[in-house]
Amino acid sequence: MAVRLKEIDAVMVGMGWTGAILAREFTKAGLSVVGLERGPDRTPGENFTLPSVRDELRYAQRLELMQDNSMDTITFRNAAAEMALPIRRFGAFLPGEGVGGSGIHWGALHWRFQPADFRIRSHLTDRYGAKSIPEDMTIQDWPVSYDELEPHYDRFDKLCGVSGKAGNLKGKIVPGGNPFEGPRSDEYPNKPIKTSTPSLMFADAAKSLGYHPFPAPVAIASAAYRNSEGLTLGACEYCGFCNRIACEANAKASANTTIMPLLRPDAKFELRTRAFATKLIYDKPGKKVTGVVYTDLRTGEEFEQRAGIIVLSSYVFSNTQALLLAGIGEPYERPSGKGVVGKNYCYQFEAGAEAFFDDKEWNPFIGSAGTSACIDDFNGENFDHSGLGFFGGGYINSGPAAAPPVSGRAVPHGTPRWGSDWKRATVKWYHHFTRFNTQGSVYASRDNFMDLDPTYKDAFGRPLIRMTYNGTDNDHKMSRYLLAKVEEIIKAMNPTHYEMHPRPRNFTIVPYQSTHNTGGTMMGSDPKSSVVNRYLQAWDAHNLFIMGASVFPQQHGYNPTGTVGALAYWSAKAITEQYIKTPGPLVHA
Amino acid sequence: MVDDTIPRRGFLLSATAIATGLASTVQGDAQTATVSASASSPTPIPAVCAEPEVMLALTATEAAFVSAAVDAFIPADELSPSGTDCGIVTYIDRQLASAWGGGAKTYRSGPYQKGKPEQGYQLALTPKEFFSAGIAETNEWSRMTYGKEFDRLAPADRISALKAMEEGKAEFIGLGCKPFFEALLAVTMEGFFSDPIYGGNRDKAAWKMLGFPGLPATYASKFDEYLAKRYTAPPQSIADFS
Repeated sequence: MAVRLKEIDAVMVGMGWTGAILAREFTKAGLSVVGLERGPDRTPGENFTLPSVRDELRYAQRLELMQDNSMDTITFRNAAAEMALPIRRFGAFLPGEGVGGSGIHWGALHWRFQPADFRIRSHLTDRYGAKSIPEDMTIQDWPVSYDELEPHYDRFDKLCGVSGKAGNLKGKIVPGGNPFEGPRSDEYPNKPIKTSTPSLMFADAAKSLGYHPFPAPVAIASAAYRNSEGLTLGACEYCGFCNRIACEANAKASANTTIMPLLRPDAKFELRTRAFATKLIYDKPGKKVTGVVYTDLRTGEEFEQRAGIIVLSSYVFSNTQALLLAGIGEPYERPSGKGVVGKNYCYQFEAGAEAFFDDKEWNPFIGSAGTSACIDDFNGENFDHSGLGFFGGGYINSGPAAAPPVSGRAVPHGTPRWGSDWKRATVKWYHHFTRFNTQGSVYASRDNFMDLDPTYKDAFGRPLIRMTYNGTDNDHKMSRYLLAKVEEIIKAMNPTHYEMHPRPRNFTIVPYQSTHNTGGTMMGSDPKSSVVNRYLQAWDAHNLFIMGASVFPQQHGYNPTGTVGALAYWSAKAITEQYIKTPGPLVHA
Repeated sequence: MVDDTIPRRGFLLSATAIATGLASTVQGDAQTATVSASASSPTPIPAVCAEPEVMLALTATEAAFVSAAVDAFIPADELSPSGTDCGIVTYIDRQLASAWGGGAKTYRSGPYQKGKPEQGYQLALTPKEFFSAGIAETNEWSRMTYGKEFDRLAPADRISALKAMEEGKAEFIGLGCKPFFEALLAVTMEGFFSDPIYGGNRDKAAWKMLGFPGLPATYASKFDEYLAKRYTAPPQSIADFS
């Protein structure tokens, strides 16, 4: 029997980016807040330090910052007719664990979605006709517009000290930035990160073809920066240890560096780590969640934390699983297509290429996610899809963030994979190769969804979440189109050799591809077609607010975290300015 | 099965010689040691090696196998010492004895079923158990095919055996030869290129070979100067900063 704890104003389930943002906004509004986090605590002073942080084996191979699959995982199948099996160890995607969540090990590419992305179904209908949208493509308009979110995007930029160059300032196109972006109310907080040699070559080649290159926007400060909370972030060290690893310079933004130093000493806030939330207590007639049951992993004791406001701020899979287990909202079903919880699961559709140049050289270990150059000419509705046979697109970028020795080497296809010839090729090409990536959108399909697994259980005996997912014909066509553009640019760079890496027909859970999972608890304008309203408030429990990319109706051609942060601020404003004064539905169905 | 009774100490002696820093001609000694491992009588212990290297996870038979395999993957040549002399056997042994080797952070509840390749690893075996099974399978197949265990094969036969496994053509009875080959190659490359703190990449041999300077404190002041000019520096490892 769970020990019942004193009721507080708000409880966060998960202390990554969104849990920290909401906790901070709540304590500023005078609320008492408890942050539950299943993983360990992590602080920059203790955990992001030289030399141990620069350990590719520990972090990038053994995945120190990632969720512990011995506690729980996800089952996976390509199609509903197959038997789903557990992902026994994460591969394709890597959800984080611990204070800071995935926001510690991320690459920190920091984007906004396009104004047209927020009304994608209406936009496609207006531009190409309603019949042009395939029947199985279950895309939806967002219930919030770019203009409404813009101040919150701006706020998140200033929390993170984002580096970049504006391309559209208040509607005016500015040279050097992304001319396709939505109007920004302000320039980026920091100047762009310096661009690497292969990325400069990419930018020149793209320009020669009439495209519009610009430096990658990243939540990595290019100079020391005092953020919107008054905390100081360091400057990028170009150390090459970004992905899967914490930032020693405190330049790459995380909740740990940008918010937690203020929450920790805050008397209104209490952090409970190794607190694994297992259940939302749902009062269905009252349309409320009265509390959260969690287990203290250090003692094995179970507690019930009651709270006036419940914020579900864990990862996409855990958010969806929590609702399905509690019976909040109608579960999505195939083939009927009824229900919403678990619907519109999307997985970023990335594909890439490599090119080798024997007449040029650079230092592949010097860099960060921001040393890349991008073009956005083939994203979303930035180009005409008439006659192409697909919708969507993505940005294209150059240059690996870095080339660490275990995982970042490349040799041309056909080279032996071991022995003296392999060694010679490895040495020959290490300073002479670069990579390219396409951040493809995913326009949701009725066949891709999440539900509860009938067979496999987690460490607490709860059914695992099951994902049924495969790339659609639309997304494959989109990806091939983007790769053809990449190939055109690579050819203009005049490499000695290059290789295109189209996506395999079937999605596979190894190797690593992207940690951009979205959907399952999508936001929308009515309870029939969504789980949460425009303020991320659950239609079926007015004191439950759901954060993160699980609320995306579909995934667009950009990294999700910029939009996740903006939505968190947008929701926090509605809660602190409206909900706490008069608790109840913020939108009437 | 007579071979099973012959102690496999060759590589252990070599590794110890390197570890004690007494082998000035690293590559030459290693080659001698590798050849002696396949000889029919135990190698006499050189006076400089008081103790053979102690293994945490691998049996003597497994260690001899791993030594032979990593030396085929990473042969001694003008670019680096052999895999064994780079400490990769030590690395693999320690990794298999680590939490990872014991299956940490892995979902290990049943039912266990053979899935599609898209569903990834679906065996109940931990990495340590998987490598033990793979080594036993390879030696069994090697005996059937070549009449001897893998580590007792001539160097050219070791290479053809590994190629057969890489191409999925080695007829293993239980475990698939290709998954085992891929795991063996992956862990070897990890050992070669990881920080020397884990026992491999001894003397930062792989980083020197690659021109990877190891851990920087910062490259912020070097970025512009080295945009298109090679940056070279003696590699720094975790231990050098500690």
